Formats: sequence, structure tokens, C-alpha cells
Amino acid sequence: MNTPISTAPARYGALAMALHWVLALGIVCAFLVGWYMSDLPLSPMRLKLFNWHKWAGITILALSGFRLLWRLIKRPPADVPMPIWQARAAHAVHWLLYLSFFAVPLAGWAYSSAAGFRVVWFGVLPLPNLVPIDKALAEQLKELHSLLAWGLAGLVALHVAGALKHQFIDKDGLIQRMLPGR
Amino acid sequence: MRTLASTLLTLSTAALTMLAAPQAQAQSSSPTLVPAQSELGFTSKQMGVPVDGHFKRFDAHLNFDPKKPDTGSVSFSIDLGSVTLGDPQFDTELAKPEWFDSKKQAQASFQSKSIKALGAGKFEVSGKLSIKGQQRDVVVPVSLSQNGSLTTAVGSFVLKRLEFKIGDGDWSDTSMVANEVQVKFKLNFNGIAKL
Repeated sequence: MNTPISTAPARYGALAMALHWVLALGIVCAFLVGWYMSDLPLSPMRLKLFNWHKWAGITILALSGFRLLWRLIKRPPADVPMPIWQARAAHAVHWLLYLSFFAVPLAGWAYSSAAGFRVVWFGVLPLPNLVPIDKALAEQLKELHSLLAWGLAGLVALHVAGALKHQFIDKDGLIQRMLPGR
Repeated sequence: MRTLASTLLTLSTAALTMLAAPQAQAQSSSPTLVPAQSELGFTSKQMGVPVDGHFKRFDAHLNFDPKKPDTGSVSFSIDLGSVTLGDPQFDTELAKPEWFDSKKQAQASFQSKSIKALGAGKFEVSGKLSIKGQQRDVVVPVSLSQNGSLTTAVGSFVLKRLEFKIGDGDWSDTSMVANEVQVKFKLNFNGIAKL
């Protein structure tokens, strides 16, 4: 059913929208840099990429905390009409995404701690070590961080697929909820 | 006859041993480093992140009389190939010519020129540090404390890595690895007279 502009679905607030797109961009970039950098031989470039990746990760962690808080304060708009199983699936993906926004950077931070590299945000703010230095633990946390990151990538793919389905197959204007406009 | 001879031999050996023993127990004029209880390490900063390393093999020779500190001298030799940052990838990098060049210039050394007492177990050791063919004068503050026969020397100083061409070429960028490296040591010696 085509939805005329005058009855387009209610939108997310401006702050929620901004957080969504800024974090989406940040997460995609952090993922791609992480993927590329992990096999590089030691060089000044590798050091730079590792540190930028960690700084991005901590920034994403902090903004996600704020984003979650904001979502609890200002609830999202109502769903567009859709079969119940779809609504449930969408909500499940959203909550798993939120879980990943915290799990992925926390695992990365712990990995860095275990490997003996204190995370110093933007090279100026030292963050506490989450775990003691432990090479074996570092290897495990590296695997965990990687696994969770790929899980996040899968959830993002599902999320994007769902949005595109609503836009081009259901044509219910769902994407408008997350885009500025009248 | 044989018994008498062997008895005399035993007695004279015992006598000589007794004469020699007090000397063996006397304070040796040269203190000795206890490597198993000594550490020589450093902290560098990579883009603001502190990274610790240490040397597994080094030796120190010390002539020191606490009553006449200015007559003392100390020399060090450090096996640069024994450096470790706790990560094999970094350690392999540090052996390269841009860093310690350990295959060609494996020894770093320090030779003191003067030791000055500052009071309360604190001393100032001035001398020449040589690494990778570069020599620089350094002044190192040292604190001594004693526990039984063991004397502990603790101190630290800032070394500018570029003065010794440590981290050359691409790595001379100090925004990647800071120029200032904090060197710290805790050395235990036997045989230093009471402070």
C-alpha cells in the first residue's frame, strides 16, 4: 500500500537520528580498519591504524552509552504496521545491535589490556586496564573481539536488508522514520 | 711413618685453610652484581601509549666505598639483543638496524666519570653512555639502601632515543614513538660496605 506524504510514519527525534547515522558511519569505518589492519606487518602505519581503531572504538562505546540512555528517555516512534513476527524480528535485531555496540568495543579494550597496551584515548586520556596482562588471555580476547565484530556485521546486514525490504518491497515508507524531512 | 706424614699434611692443610678462611670472609674490595635480582628496563611512549621493555642480559662492575664515594666508579655493559617488549613482533623489529642493530652493534656501555654523594643514601653518577656508536654524557640519580649483605641501587633517567639513532628512518617520527624514553633500574649488589 503506498503511503501518501501527509500520513508518513512518525519519525525518530533529531538527536536519535544524528546518533544513528554518525554511529553507523563510525562502526562501519572501525570495522573496515580493524579488518585491514590486523594482518599488517609492524610499521608506523600499523601503529597509527591500531590506535585510531581503538580511539574510534572507545568513542563508539561512549556515544552508544549516551544513545541508549537517550532511547530510554525518549522512546522511538511506533512501528509501521507489519506482521507480528516481522516486528518481533526487527526488535530482536535492534536489541542485539545495542548489545553488540557495547560487547565489541569492550572485548577490544580488554584485548588491548591483556596484551599489555593500555588504551590511551586520543593519546591523552589513559583508560584503566580491564584485565591484567596475560598473553594467553589476550589471544582469546582477540578471537572474541573478532567474532563479536563479525556478528555485528551480520546484524547490520540483516538490519539494512530489512530496511530495504520495507522501502522497496513493502513500500511503507519505514525508512522515512530515520531520515530528516517533514 | 706414613701416618705421621699424612697427619702433618692434614694439619698443615687445615692450618692454611684456617688462615685463608678469614680473608675469604672479609669484605671483597669489588662488589658484585646479583643478576637474578637486578632489573634494567624502560618505558617508551607510542602515540601516548606507555610501552614497557627490559633487557635480560647486562653486567655491572662497581668499585665503591661508601665512606669515599667520589673515589668510586661503575661501568655497565648491556646486551642490546636481549631486549624484550614482551611481544615477539616488536622484539624482532628492535633487532633491526633502524633500532638497536643488535647483530652488528650488540653492546651498549656506560662508564662513570664521577660519583657525588647527596646525602641520605642518594648519589649522582655522571658518565658516558655509548649506544650504536653514539656517545652522550648522562647524569643518573641513584638511591642506595641496604638489607643485610645486599645493597639495592634504584634510579631512573630520561634518554633521548634520537641522540643514539634508536628508531631511525621511518621511525624517527616522534609523534609515533616519543623521543624521551624513561630508563629505570633496580640493581642488587653483594659486597658493598655499610653505608
